[in-house]
Amino acid sequence: MKGYRKYFTKKIVWFIVTFAAALVLNFFLPRLMPADPVAAITGRLASGMTDATAVSRIYKQYQAEFGTDKPLMQQFFTFLGNLTRGDLGTSFSQYPRKVTDILGSAIWWTVFLQLPAILVGWLLGNLLGALAAYIRKGFDKVLLPMTLFLSNIPAFGMAVILLVVFAVNLKWAPISGGYAFDMIPNASFDFLRSVIQHYHLPFWSIVLISIGGQAIGMRSMSIYELNADYVKYARFLGIKDRKIVRYVFRNAMLPQVTGLALSIGTMIGGALVAEIIFNYPGLGTTMYRAVTMADYPLISATTLIITFMVLLSAFLLDILYAFIDPRVKAAQIN
Amino acid sequence: MKHIIRKIFRSPLFLVGFGIFMLMLSMILIYPLINPGNPLQSIGLGNFAGPGTYVSLYDSVSSQRSVLRLPEADSNRIASLLSQEDRVKMAYWLDVTGKDIEGLNIHDTEALLSAWKTHYDGKERPAGMTKADRNFYERLNKRLVAASNAPALSLSETDPQSGETVEKGSIGKDDYVNISAVANVKTLPLGTDNFGRDVLKELVSAAGTSLVIGLIAGTVATLIGLWLGLLAGYLGGWVDDVIMFFTNIFTVIPGFVLLILISYSIGQDQRGATTVAVVIGLTSWVWTARSVRSQVISLRNRDHVNLSKLSGHSVLRIIWRDILPYILSYVIMAFILQVSSGILAEAQLSLLGLGPKTTEVPTLGLMMNWAMLYSAHLNGSWWAYFPVILVIALISFSLNLMNTGLDQVFNPQLRS
Repeated sequence: MKGYRKYFTKKIVWFIVTFAAALVLNFFLPRLMPADPVAAITGRLASGMTDATAVSRIYKQYQAEFGTDKPLMQQFFTFLGNLTRGDLGTSFSQYPRKVTDILGSAIWWTVFLQLPAILVGWLLGNLLGALAAYIRKGFDKVLLPMTLFLSNIPAFGMAVILLVVFAVNLKWAPISGGYAFDMIPNASFDFLRSVIQHYHLPFWSIVLISIGGQAIGMRSMSIYELNADYVKYARFLGIKDRKIVRYVFRNAMLPQVTGLALSIGTMIGGALVAEIIFNYPGLGTTMYRAVTMADYPLISATTLIITFMVLLSAFLLDILYAFIDPRVKAAQIN
Repeated sequence: MKHIIRKIFRSPLFLVGFGIFMLMLSMILIYPLINPGNPLQSIGLGNFAGPGTYVSLYDSVSSQRSVLRLPEADSNRIASLLSQEDRVKMAYWLDVTGKDIEGLNIHDTEALLSAWKTHYDGKERPAGMTKADRNFYERLNKRLVAASNAPALSLSETDPQSGETVEKGSIGKDDYVNISAVANVKTLPLGTDNFGRDVLKELVSAAGTSLVIGLIAGTVATLIGLWLGLLAGYLGGWVDDVIMFFTNIFTVIPGFVLLILISYSIGQDQRGATTVAVVIGLTSWVWTARSVRSQVISLRNRDHVNLSKLSGHSVLRIIWRDILPYILSYVIMAFILQVSSGILAEAQLSLLGLGPKTTEVPTLGLMMNWAMLYSAHLNGSWWAYFPVILVIALISFSLNLMNTGLDQVFNPQLRS
C-alpha cells in the first residue's frame, strides 16, 4: 500500500484540478449566452399583462432571485458557496422546484442504466475481440467488419431500431419511460417489475453499441501481444497454448482499462442521447427538456453532474488500474 | 510516395471503405443534377406520405383509356379493401356460427370470400354477439357486395355560369390508363417527411451538409491538435507542460459537455452549420494533440533531426521537412476519425435540439430530430428515420474501414 501513496496523491490532486477547471468552464460558458434568460421567464409569467411597471418589477424580482444583476465574478463566488451547500439554484422551466430535486431523481436512473450497460458491453466486447484475435481466419474476417459496422451505428440509431423492432412491432417491451405511466415510484414488487420491463431496451442498445468499439480495440491489442517476443519464447519453451493465452490477454486487457477510462466520457454522451429516444427519466432526457425550455440553471447543473460522473469514473478506473498493473507500483517505489 | 499509395490501394479493408465512401460521395454530387430544386421545399400536404409512385388522379381521368379484362382484378380490389382485422372478424363469424372453415387461410382472399358468400346470413344471431357487432358485419357485407358488383363511377363537373352539375363521363371497373400517358406521375423513392418534403432529396442534401460539417470539424481539430502536439513535443520544457496541462484537462472533461454548453451559449440564431462544425472541431482536438506529441518526442532526437539542427535550419523548417513527413500517416488517420466523429457529434447535438438552426439547410441530425419530434418511429414511417441512421452508419463505417486499412498498411504487425 505504501508504494501507491505517491500515485494516489497525484491522481487525487489531478482529479481536483480537472474538477475545478470543469466548474469554471461550466459556470462561464452559458453566461456568455446573448439571450437574457430572466427576460425569457418574465416574458412567460407576464404574458397578457399590460402594466409596464408591474412587468419591470417582476423582472427585477427574478433578477434579484437568480442574482443576475450582480457582477459576474460575484455571481461565480455565490455559485461556489451555494455548491458547497448542495444548492444548484432554481429551475426556470419548473419554477420553483430546486435543480437538485429534479436531478436527484434523474441521476439514479442514469447511473443504474449506464453503469451496468457499459460494464457488460465492455466485457462482452473484450471477449469477442480476444476471440477474434486468437482464432483469426474466418472468424476474424466475418466478425471484424460486422463489429466495425455495429460500432458505427450511432447510439440513438440503435435505440430507435430496437424500439421499433421490439416495442412497436413485436410489443415485447414498453415504448417509453422508466416505469408504467399509471405508477408512482415506490418500493413495491409491481413497480420493480415495471422498471425491469422498461429497462431492457435502453440497456441492450447501450450494450450493443459499446461492444463494437471495445472488440476492435481488444483485437488489435491481443494481436500485438500474440506477436510479442515473450510469446514466441514461451512457445519455444513448450509452454501450453492455454497458459500463454492467459498471459497474453491479461496484458492486452491493461490498455483496455485505460481506454475505458479515456473513452467513458464519449460513451456516456452517446448513451445520454439514447435516453431521449426512450424518454427514459434520466439525465439525458432532463437535459433535453431543459434545452427545449431554455432552462439554463438546469442545463448547467446537468452538465456539471455529468462531468462529475465522468471525472469520477475515470478517477476510479485509474485507481483500479494501479491494482491490476503491478508496474504502476514498481514505478512508484523506485 | 507512389509505393505507399499503391500499398494502400492493395489493402482490402481500405478499398471497401473507399468504395462505399466514393459511392456516397458520387450520389451526393450527382443526384442534385438529376433532381434539382430546393431540398427543403414542401411538396406534400400532411405528414409522412409513404415511398412509392404517385399518379395524378385528376390527370389520369382525362388520359387515353383502354379496356382490360383481367381475371384477378375483382379479387385484388376486394383484397385491398379488407384489412387484417376485417379478415380475422370474418373468420370469427364463420367460426362462431358453426360453419365448416377447416383449413381456411384468412390471407387467401378468394377462399375467404367464397366461404363468406355461401355462409353469411344477416338474419342469423350468433350467441354472445351484440347488436353493434351484428351491424358491423352488416356493413362489412354491404361493402363486399358493392365491391364485387363494382358499379361504374360517374364523373361530373359544375358549370361555373349556371351552377348546374353536368355529367361528363363515367369510369368503369375495366378502364385502365397507361401510366406513361398520364401527365403527372411522381416517384418518391423514400416518401415525404413530416413537413411534406421529398425525403430522398433532403437526405442527399443533408448527407452533403453533414459531410462538410465533418470535414470542417476534422480540419479544425486536426490543425489545432497537430500544432499543439508539434509544439509540445518538439519544444518540450515549460511549453510542453502548459500544453499538456490543458490537454489532460480536456481529455477527461467530456467534449460533448463543452459542445452542449458552447452551442447553447451561441444561441439558436447564430448557430449555422459552419459555426456548429467549428465548435465541434474546437472541442475534439485532444486526441490528435496527444498522439502527435508522443510521436514527435520519439522523433526529435533522431540523427537526421540533430543533423538538421546542427546545420542551423530554423525550427519551422525542421518541423516541416524532418518531422512532419514521419507523422503524416498518423495525422491522416486521426483526421479520418475526426471527420466521422464530427458527423456523429452534429447528429447528437441536433437530437438534443442544439443543432444548426433549422431554416437553411438540412443535416442528418436535424432530419433525425424532426423524425423523432413527429414520432415517425411510433407511427411506422420508417422512411423518415431509417435511411438517416443508415447513411450516418455507412459514412462512418466507410471512414473507419479506410482508417483500419491504413492502420494495417502503416503498422504491419496488425497483418497476419
